[in-house]
Amino acid sequence: MSDQQPRNEARRVLLDPLIDNNPITLQILGICSALAVTTKVSTALVMSLSVIVVLAASCAAISLIRHHLPRGIRIIVQVTIIASFVIVVDLVLQAFLYEISKQLSVFVSLIVTNCIVLGRTEGFATKNPVGLSVLDGIGNGLGYSLILIAVGAIRELFGSGSLLGTEVLPLTGEGGWFTPVGIMLLPPSAFFIIGLMIWAIRSWKTVQVEVREFSIRTSEERR
Amino acid sequence: MSLFNLFIDAVFVENLALAFFLGICTFLAVSKRVETAVGLGVAMVLVQAITVPVNNLIFTYLLREGAWAWAGMPEVDLQFLGLITYVGVIAAMVQILEMTLDRFFPALHRALGVFLPLITVNCAVLGGSLFMVEREYSFSESVVYGVGSGTGWAIAIAALAGIRERLKYSNIPDGLQGLGIAFIVVGLMSIGFLAFTGIQLG
Repeated sequence: MSDQQPRNEARRVLLDPLIDNNPITLQILGICSALAVTTKVSTALVMSLSVIVVLAASCAAISLIRHHLPRGIRIIVQVTIIASFVIVVDLVLQAFLYEISKQLSVFVSLIVTNCIVLGRTEGFATKNPVGLSVLDGIGNGLGYSLILIAVGAIRELFGSGSLLGTEVLPLTGEGGWFTPVGIMLLPPSAFFIIGLMIWAIRSWKTVQVEVREFSIRTSEERR
Repeated sequence: MSLFNLFIDAVFVENLALAFFLGICTFLAVSKRVETAVGLGVAMVLVQAITVPVNNLIFTYLLREGAWAWAGMPEVDLQFLGLITYVGVIAAMVQILEMTLDRFFPALHRALGVFLPLITVNCAVLGGSLFMVEREYSFSESVVYGVGSGTGWAIAIAALAGIRERLKYSNIPDGLQGLGIAFIVVGLMSIGFLAFTGIQLG
């Protein structure tokens, strides 16, 4: 019984951010980079992996030193730690996945200012033990990846008729039947897809619906 | 490319918020009222106009490969330190700007209020500096790019706030309320800004 309690806690911390408390669709964190890298599944995958690694590593590091961290300078210390991990990830990508790192351009570096990372280290890792913090980091990273990869899959499938570079829907230009939807490769489609995703998630989990500032009454109610 | 063209490009065609999705978190969170949005926009123009040129100088004279040649160390390449440096410079510049405004323009400082420190963690500022390095802008180009990209971001957030103030009175489906509809609106604005693609002046 005593063993059950911490395990439930760990499981909650890991799985909650997937849908119920998703960083992108509910907490409005880390949207910036989420949209720019999603024209293809491969870039979305690499970006998600980088974010998960940075998030887990910085949560662990900051949780380790949480008792020695003076309150006044904690933000700058956190930013420096995060920036160091991002530089490591960036250099690793440049060394082993040069093509993809070129396509991601500045967006890997921008993980530094990705609000998910600072939000989780500041909001969770500074108050919780190492194990839980790492799980929380991975969980939030997975929630982020879920949205990123879903958007990437939709955009690549309808924009260029392929998934991960393999042809799924044969294009008309190459003698197939599928006319690619050009807008899917342009920035606006990412906004629409995430907007519609939020709609879908909130229709399913109605607790997440935001309260209206003004309610519109029909003419019958007014009477 | 002429400087004027670069400016137009930075404001409209390559709008940081609507074409590169930078600073979207703040963009969505602080766009519920027009006054606050304009305040944040002004702060953004100021910060961009200062940090991008300063980072350009630091990159050219301290970090770039061969930048230390004058000290007899031509093989030193400090580019891997870039990221930490830019973040530090941005944080320091925002702090200095805040103190200067507080001392000499108290009215403006009060109006900008909490937004100045917020800008430190805005990815549009860091993004501006990183794009400046990636595209190898010269110093004068970096000044123009800083002002232009800041202005573009300010225009976009002011426009979005205007639209969202009206949206409060419309009958939106429950699930789309708030964040959902904001995304759709930004998408539509982004399509509008796509119309500027390919504009060349002079």
